[in-house]
Amino acid sequence: MTLAADAPAPAPPRSARGAALDRAFEALCFGAATFLLAALGGLVVSLVIGGWPALSTFGVRFFVSAEWNPVTEVYGSAGAMVGTLVTSALALALALPLALGVAIFLVELCPTPLRRPIGTAVELLAGIPSIVYGMWGLFVFAPWFAKHVQIPLMTAAAPGSLWEKVTAGVPNGAGIFSASVILAIMILPFIAATLRELLLTIPPQVRESAYGLGSTTFEVIRKVSLPYVRTGAIGAIMLGLGRALGETMAVTFIIGNAHGFPSSLFASGSTIASTIANEFAEATGELHTASLIALGLVLFVITFVVLALARLLIGRQAHA
Amino acid sequence: MIRRLMVGVVACLALAACSKSDTAGEGAKSAPAAQISGAGATFPAPLYAKWAEAQKAETGVALNYQAIGSGGGIKQIKAKTVAFGASDKPLKPEELDEAGLVQFPTVMGGVVPVVNLEGVATGQIKMTGTLLADIFLGKVTKWSDPAIKALNPDVKLPNLPITVVHRSDGSGTSSLFTSYLAAAAPQWSSVGASDSVAWPTGQGGKGNDGVAGYVKQTPGSIGYVEYAYAKQNAMSAVSLKNASGAFVAPTAETFAAAAAGADWDKAPGFYLLLLNQPGDNAWPITGATFILMHKQQADAATAKTVLGFFDHAYATGDPAAIELDYVPLPASLKDRVRASWSAIVGPDGKPVYTPAAQ
Repeated sequence: MTLAADAPAPAPPRSARGAALDRAFEALCFGAATFLLAALGGLVVSLVIGGWPALSTFGVRFFVSAEWNPVTEVYGSAGAMVGTLVTSALALALALPLALGVAIFLVELCPTPLRRPIGTAVELLAGIPSIVYGMWGLFVFAPWFAKHVQIPLMTAAAPGSLWEKVTAGVPNGAGIFSASVILAIMILPFIAATLRELLLTIPPQVRESAYGLGSTTFEVIRKVSLPYVRTGAIGAIMLGLGRALGETMAVTFIIGNAHGFPSSLFASGSTIASTIANEFAEATGELHTASLIALGLVLFVITFVVLALARLLIGRQAHA
Repeated sequence: MIRRLMVGVVACLALAACSKSDTAGEGAKSAPAAQISGAGATFPAPLYAKWAEAQKAETGVALNYQAIGSGGGIKQIKAKTVAFGASDKPLKPEELDEAGLVQFPTVMGGVVPVVNLEGVATGQIKMTGTLLADIFLGKVTKWSDPAIKALNPDVKLPNLPITVVHRSDGSGTSSLFTSYLAAAAPQWSSVGASDSVAWPTGQGGKGNDGVAGYVKQTPGSIGYVEYAYAKQNAMSAVSLKNASGAFVAPTAETFAAAAAGADWDKAPGFYLLLLNQPGDNAWPITGATFILMHKQQADAATAKTVLGFFDHAYATGDPAAIELDYVPLPASLKDRVRASWSAIVGPDGKPVYTPAAQ
């Protein structure tokens, strides 16, 4: 806009056409933006309307109770909420160090001929459909995990100890922790790819001057590279978290699908998305359908809060 | 700008409306309407697909069946977006009347409890409905429990914990299984019977394959799957005590015996779950899958094609059903269903379809 205003005025006929085109272009962009906003608003409104029978029937109980009983028509979202937050947090904790390692290796340490194959492999992980992760998780990962991780951990626990409680569960590899591992694998490529792009934006002279001052590679990465991209990195992490919160199919296959609060690391649980995926197709009662839609609203709010927090953090970083 | 958009939208709508009325018009003119649409239960979907394939070649009738689940099927037929809905769970006569629907069974199947115990083959473990309910309630937790031993003195039972595996998704299979437990064991009333219930214990697998996956991977587990699925995957099924007091293994014969013993006379609107049917050889957890249609049809031609499709399937579709491990309806029941079709009328109040005399 300012450029156009500063430029010397072009020939009148072109200017008229240009102005008309400009207005059309503006209207198009405005239309695109408002259409998206309207769609988002419509989504929220329809979730609220659809979920209203459940929200008005149960009130606060819907958010604090973990009881989910389609027969007596009593629904509470707390179990699924906790399951969603726990699996997403665990997945992030598992994926973040790995993603950082991958990104730093690719940008700073990787020999050039290997750079492309490893980068492509990471991006390929992102392209695998969720259902494939679910099947692989159930039929390949879960048995392996049960045999080599879960059962050794369970047998190593002293009877009556806290450790025994934490590792209690059905020894077949399905549960909260396995779901978190699968989620971690799924969000890893998103975080790693974004982090790599961020690290590539660091001007070479910044890095080189640090080396020039005698820093080791580790010092350069820790004190120069990572602080440089910190703002964007939080965005990348939140992107991964957002994906973990809403992931449906893979989790449904491996989490064990028990309503209520998960009692241990290996216990069966459920997430908001898995509950909706499991029950929506066969929900005939009005209250059941409404409760599932209200669950969708809860997930929407959680995702919104996470993204808003990320914005807030990024904003603070930018000002600091 | 906005006006142009509006024009576009209106044009699209008009086009859609035209094409819709076009097909309806064609349907009214020539008797075999080319396309019928249905939606609902996933359990009979492979069979409906097979029937459709055969009839497409024979009569040119194309069936567009969406396997979206029984709940979805009921919603869709109530909203009149499909010519017929399909449900694994029959609607109660009151519900049918309220929505102006009729229902009829097409084919039968059943639910089979399956176990993962080393060295235990199909039919070796015997159980009663009460014991099964206690296991799924989490009251009986070990395979060495005296209650299991008493029924199975000859089987070597390990001192393993029992892992209960159930369906996590709402399904007709769960509905039939929990209805059986409710009918067979009074203590199950604390949980109740539905597409999805609040399971007191165990893990939930998504779909038959999810349940089968958990059962196969967990020594000492017990789950339940559709009969066809258990058979095709060679899973170890449990023998159950039926209403006559005999222990029966799930086979095509025991399902047929359950169907033969059923008393459809006392079932208005074909509302009947084939649980605990009389007969020495009857499998106790059997059920039919149903088609739902509106009594009052605005489009008589389409309704006629739908009924013609199922009439033809009744007449010629049994081998396909048996091949896919479904259980065909007995001939007497088929005739009863054909007679019930006179309740489906067109705008003129006359039945839309008159089955040929069999």
